[in-house]
Amino acid sequence: MSEKKYFDPADLKKFGNITEWSEENGKKFFDWYGTVFEEGALTQREKSLIALAVAHTVQCPYCIDAYSSDCLQKGADEEQMMEALHVAAAIRSGSSLVYGVQMMNHVKKMSM
Amino acid sequence: MAIKQRTKSLSARQEKLSDTFFQLKVLNGQEMVDAQFPQFADQVAEAGYPRLQPTPLEIFQINIGKLCNQTCAHCHVDAGPDKKEENMSRETLEKCLEIIAAVPTIKTVDITGGAPEMNPHFRWFVEECSKLGKQVMDRCNLTIIVANKKYHDLPEFFAEHNVQVVSSLPYFSKSRTDSQRGDGVFEDSIQALQMLNAVGYGQEGTGLMLDLVYNPSGAFLPSSQQQLEKEFKRQLKRRYNIDFNHLFAITNLPISRFLEYLIQSNNYADYMQLLVEAYNPGTIEGLMCRNTISVSWDGYLYDCDFNQMLDLKVATPNSRHINDFDLEALNQRQIVLNQHCYGCTAGAGSSCGGEIA
Repeated sequence: MSEKKYFDPADLKKFGNITEWSEENGKKFFDWYGTVFEEGALTQREKSLIALAVAHTVQCPYCIDAYSSDCLQKGADEEQMMEALHVAAAIRSGSSLVYGVQMMNHVKKMSM
Repeated sequence: MAIKQRTKSLSARQEKLSDTFFQLKVLNGQEMVDAQFPQFADQVAEAGYPRLQPTPLEIFQINIGKLCNQTCAHCHVDAGPDKKEENMSRETLEKCLEIIAAVPTIKTVDITGGAPEMNPHFRWFVEECSKLGKQVMDRCNLTIIVANKKYHDLPEFFAEHNVQVVSSLPYFSKSRTDSQRGDGVFEDSIQALQMLNAVGYGQEGTGLMLDLVYNPSGAFLPSSQQQLEKEFKRQLKRRYNIDFNHLFAITNLPISRFLEYLIQSNNYADYMQLLVEAYNPGTIEGLMCRNTISVSWDGYLYDCDFNQMLDLKVATPNSRHINDFDLEALNQRQIVLNQHCYGCTAGAGSSCGGEIA
């Protein structure tokens, strides 16, 4: 085990091992996870693009590697993947800026 | 527009990988890469096939030449404009016709290349196969149709002989298509597809079949063929008003120029691992090597086009060439396996007709 880094790409393949210390919960999680990504009202490609956007929002390097590969495999291209990231980034920055209304309310209340 | 080639053939560049024996050494971890994987033949034996044998011969696949107007980065044939010598002669094609006529189980004549249309005997051969009542399939790279005036009437010629046109289009956008097949290929491909549509290909009620081939533009596996087909149909219709019948999702096998790409991009070990982990014994029953014979431009016989490109001839010592074609001996043969075969058994499997399982 490396002592010098928090993230090792090889650890992604060990994700399934989390069931070792809580078998029932781990199994439930992976069963549910599998169902979530099945084709439904959304296509698998669309779900993979959402996952990629969320991966960047939660800044999970494992998820970014996994869903960059998965998006390619599901037939998404660079343009679609980058657009998905801009959606994530827009919501993230918008969620900061929208507090500007609170700031403005506060400032207006205190000002003459 | 003219296609800008991104590379030359391995043989023109005198690369070590142009030597098929050297490629087999790489695939078995003896050259260039330090990566070993379980023997494919052992996996197949474990799945209940100690001797993988053919089913009745249905598809007679002929690689009529390596000459091509494109030099795609992933080409397993190492085809290109510099392959001027490796083209099937009229004499060898006549011998193929004799066999096609004599074997009633052969339903389909699958003509591939290179760009098969560049062989000077192509049209004559298609006409003769058509007279025999066989379904003729042409693996067309599309751009050849617009490459030169003498090919502009190919859509009409195909329609006249009810040729099933199977065309490569790795994606419905320029960037992913051109990165694999050369700058300018996407625009020419779209123009050619529109010309095929105009004579009835891919249109309901005409019976003229236009199928597309998707293979990934990189070191990843194809997704579900059904989902990709749905997306390709939607996007090509929306963007370019193009119709087609089916989409075949084909996995890139780690040989020839795709092997070169994998090694150069440091993806070889991960890609092989991906194939090994996705190994699906449920695909063995439907592997294309079981109902196909593949003939090379010089008349040698192989279990499939990929074995042909690795020069792994059929394991029938007395029937390895079209001049010594012995159906009985070939029906009893053991199919030759090697590490590249993992490409055909990964996930839903892969064949020249797309998914297997």
